[in-house]
Amino acid sequence: MKQASLAHIAVVVAVLAAVPLLTASNVVLNFLVVALLIALVGQGWNVLGGYGGQYSFGHAAFFGTGAYVSAILQTRYGVNAWAAFALGIAGGALVGALIGALTFRSGLKGSYFALVTLAFAEVLRILASVAPITGAGVGILITLDLRPQAFQFQSRAPFYWIILALLAVSFLIVRLIEQSRFGAWLVAVRENEEAAKAVGVNTQRVKLAAMTISAAITAAGGAFYAQYFLFVDSGIAYGPWISIEALLAPIVGGIGTTFGPLLGALVVKMLGELTKLVTGDAPGLDLVIYGGVLILIVAFAPRGIAGLIADLRLRFARARPRLRERAHG
Amino acid sequence: MLSPIILVPAVLNGLLTGAVYGLVALGLTLIYGVLHIINFAHGALLTAAMFAAFFAHRLLGLDPYLAALGLTPLFFALGYGLQRFVIGPAAHGEDRNILLVTLALAVVIENALLYVFGADTRTLNLAYAFDVVDVGVAFLALPRVIGFGVVLAVALVLWLILALTDTGKAIRAVAKEKLGAELSGIDVAHVYAVTFGLGTACLAIAACLLIPTYYVNPHIGNAFVLVAFTIVVLGGMGSVTGALIGGLFVGVVESLCGLYLGESLGQIGIFIMFILVLLLRPSGLFGERA
Repeated sequence: MKQASLAHIAVVVAVLAAVPLLTASNVVLNFLVVALLIALVGQGWNVLGGYGGQYSFGHAAFFGTGAYVSAILQTRYGVNAWAAFALGIAGGALVGALIGALTFRSGLKGSYFALVTLAFAEVLRILASVAPITGAGVGILITLDLRPQAFQFQSRAPFYWIILALLAVSFLIVRLIEQSRFGAWLVAVRENEEAAKAVGVNTQRVKLAAMTISAAITAAGGAFYAQYFLFVDSGIAYGPWISIEALLAPIVGGIGTTFGPLLGALVVKMLGELTKLVTGDAPGLDLVIYGGVLILIVAFAPRGIAGLIADLRLRFARARPRLRERAHG
Repeated sequence: MLSPIILVPAVLNGLLTGAVYGLVALGLTLIYGVLHIINFAHGALLTAAMFAAFFAHRLLGLDPYLAALGLTPLFFALGYGLQRFVIGPAAHGEDRNILLVTLALAVVIENALLYVFGADTRTLNLAYAFDVVDVGVAFLALPRVIGFGVVLAVALVLWLILALTDTGKAIRAVAKEKLGAELSGIDVAHVYAVTFGLGTACLAIAACLLIPTYYVNPHIGNAFVLVAFTIVVLGGMGSVTGALIGGLFVGVVESLCGLYLGESLGQIGIFIMFILVLLLRPSGLFGERA
């Protein structure tokens, strides 16, 4: 897959930024805000899983920390919402660095890594469901205060532009990684960790850095979630649903690509909405379909939709000269 | 606090619960030992088996212990089919893909159950559910004592299958050296599927042992599977004895944590143990060095 250039990123972001100018429909904007939020969370997973090959099944740990840190600082300590948002990201990054330091030092990878990340997310979920500071079973309601200073807005458009801006930053981060030496090390770890180590890559440090960046991006999604829905509880913040969405988006869209998580999030959310249209609001059915899509993608399109498009383009490009020959012959 | 009158029954009850944990873990460790993957669908399959046992009684009037006779081959076939026709072909032989496919299966099974049966918690009311056995130092629930005996019997049968039959020999051969086994004419895809089937059959039995004293809802499997992961890691991935002993140990730990810290934190004790073992000794207490 060819790397996305700055021009590509600019065009995609510009097209998306124009949407609120074309429609004021709350349904459309709400759909897009959620889709872009999942894209952002998925982009976080993509940095570690897509480029680094470390499949985390517990990105909820970072999403939830971002959401809780931001919500707790605002409601209990009166911290400004924007500052709380930034600290939420820092908190998520810290948790990522801690879990990364522990797991990578013990040499956990593959199945073990997936398992231990899942376990950390579950421990945090259970702790958050009993600890007083997280509101235990009740959760945290952020006080309604519709002023831009409080990171709350009358309409959905500003929220949409903010999540788009965050996503745009994540595109730039991923592009920077792709072009840097660090990115090359990271891909080397994914392809063959032993070989990477043998040629002198400090694989532990590379993985730890990737996990910290990954956690920070996903935590930004969590902190944004708290601001958008003004409510956090242990099931939302640390629940398995977000760990699954985080990996579903990049895998469906195209793992280890800049736009994969966005593409995947749009497709998956669209599927979810279609299911709701057909069957009404039946609990569970959308996730049944997500699971089915995940199996189909792994089975038939391991490089996701981006990979499918690339294959089709290649086939088309090969077929064209042949057609021309036939026409001349 | 440490009076033997409280402590002894807690330990015994922990052992009884732990035996069923051990059986769930046995299925998981068997699959890991041969296929070298962690089956993330294990919990969801246990939930499915518990629903099957529940409705076998509700709709057909079958006693859970009787239903086990039918459900065990059924779940063997289900496990065989899943590995042979879904997980195997979809994974293209890549470990990362297998992880994703079993996770996706878990999501599908769990949410299909949620969609069909709703989030309600259901219980069976069996005449013997509250019968107790007096063992002198404590009263133990009869269904759990039966469960303990059945688990030991199942473990013995499984051990005999692995030790004595040709299929068992093939399974051990594939576990040790997949390529060598394939070269000597063993159908590896078939052995993988049989192993997966055996692991899933363990769940059907575990479900029938649990249902008389436990409740069922679409998320119930998760509670057991993380415990099972802990046991498998503790006992050493792929070690059958390790799974059983680990199961008993975890059962006792949970029971004692529940006694001293309260119910909701009993689980935390297990998770913390799990993370510690993973970090300090990922090969487990009985496993070979990874």
